[in-house]
Amino acid sequence: MEMTRREMIRQSGKFLLLTSAAATALEYVLAGKAEASPNYDITKHWWAMIIDVDKCIGCGNCVRACATENDVPEGFFRTWIERYHVEGWDSAHPEVDSPNGGFDGFADDHKSGKNFFIPKICNHCADSPCTQVCPVGATFTTPDGVVLVDEKYCLGCRYCIQACPYGCRFLNPKKNTADKCTLCYHRITQGLTTACCEACPTQARVLADLKNPKDPIHEFLRTNDVQVLKPHMATGAKVFYKNLDGAVR
Amino acid sequence: MKDLLRNAEHLVRVVVLLALGATAFLVIRHAVVPRDFGKYGHFRPGSMDDVRSRPIKFAGHETCEACHSDQAEAKSKGKHANVACEACHGALAKHAEDPSAVTPKLPDTAVLCVRCHEANSAKPKNFPQVVSAEHSAGMPCNTCHKPHSPRIESEK
Repeated sequence: MEMTRREMIRQSGKFLLLTSAAATALEYVLAGKAEASPNYDITKHWWAMIIDVDKCIGCGNCVRACATENDVPEGFFRTWIERYHVEGWDSAHPEVDSPNGGFDGFADDHKSGKNFFIPKICNHCADSPCTQVCPVGATFTTPDGVVLVDEKYCLGCRYCIQACPYGCRFLNPKKNTADKCTLCYHRITQGLTTACCEACPTQARVLADLKNPKDPIHEFLRTNDVQVLKPHMATGAKVFYKNLDGAVR
Repeated sequence: MKDLLRNAEHLVRVVVLLALGATAFLVIRHAVVPRDFGKYGHFRPGSMDDVRSRPIKFAGHETCEACHSDQAEAKSKGKHANVACEACHGALAKHAEDPSAVTPKLPDTAVLCVRCHEANSAKPKNFPQVVSAEHSAGMPCNTCHKPHSPRIESEK
């Protein structure tokens, strides 16, 4: 039997440190769970989201649905709604509020100026700053374009939370690991839409698959005024806003 | 010559120690780093399965419509045609799995409808809005409107 020196060292080392039974079992433990849905081809999707600002009514259904679906701890948000208030010409200084992330809706009202709602969510950037700064490979972009956190690897160092220009991450107070929108990865890989899109009563947000040639997003991008948040940061954001006001940060 | 040999002995000890250290490093690395690490990038592919193993709470309107075709039919003709069932009725995947285990509670329309339809200047102008206190004085909305098809018949 031929064996390279490296293999020899690996094998002998493994059997030196572990009993032979443990060494054999280790193979299966390390292989990880094989729960992947057999019908889902990770190479055939590239997930994104459409947000039609003119349809958002600030009802908070998305925020509540996300909290229910993902057990988001109270006071933290994987998606939230902001209300913008622009008085007169001064769109450089909008007044922005988001009481409890819009979880309970918006009870009070501005009597003047321009007012509108902006739903916010992780942009699942193609060139995400958050994944680049992780020192332990705990946050990453999946081949189908979703930015996820590996809870078992995350140290809770918070680099990614500072790196995200959109403020989409937080430290989960129960797990002490970085937490963020998973784009309902457990749902979209099974053919369902995200919880927020499912619960949105006006289709202000719609899940989109950029690799699916039949997805309405291609027509949407071609025929509308579309913008991403903070385009100057070149993050490759994949949440596309229709008719986004210049005051939005 | 004798000195040289004695020095070589020191060297051998150092080399053996280094070799042992390197072996320990490789063995531990082999044991700790999953075999498929780096398959798609600098991360553990198994963590994608961890995220995917989360249970689903919102069944999705297609699931609801499979049984409640009568309600889906009523809804499809009205203004609420594109509002998903669970947008109002809440997450009901458990009910979909075993209808007898979880019985959904009928939402209180006096609370539910105003979440969307209470007037607010930040809402889109073309979205139907009312000031509920003036519109119905706290009366439940379903006194007049059927939630699945809210337009009042006589007004058509």
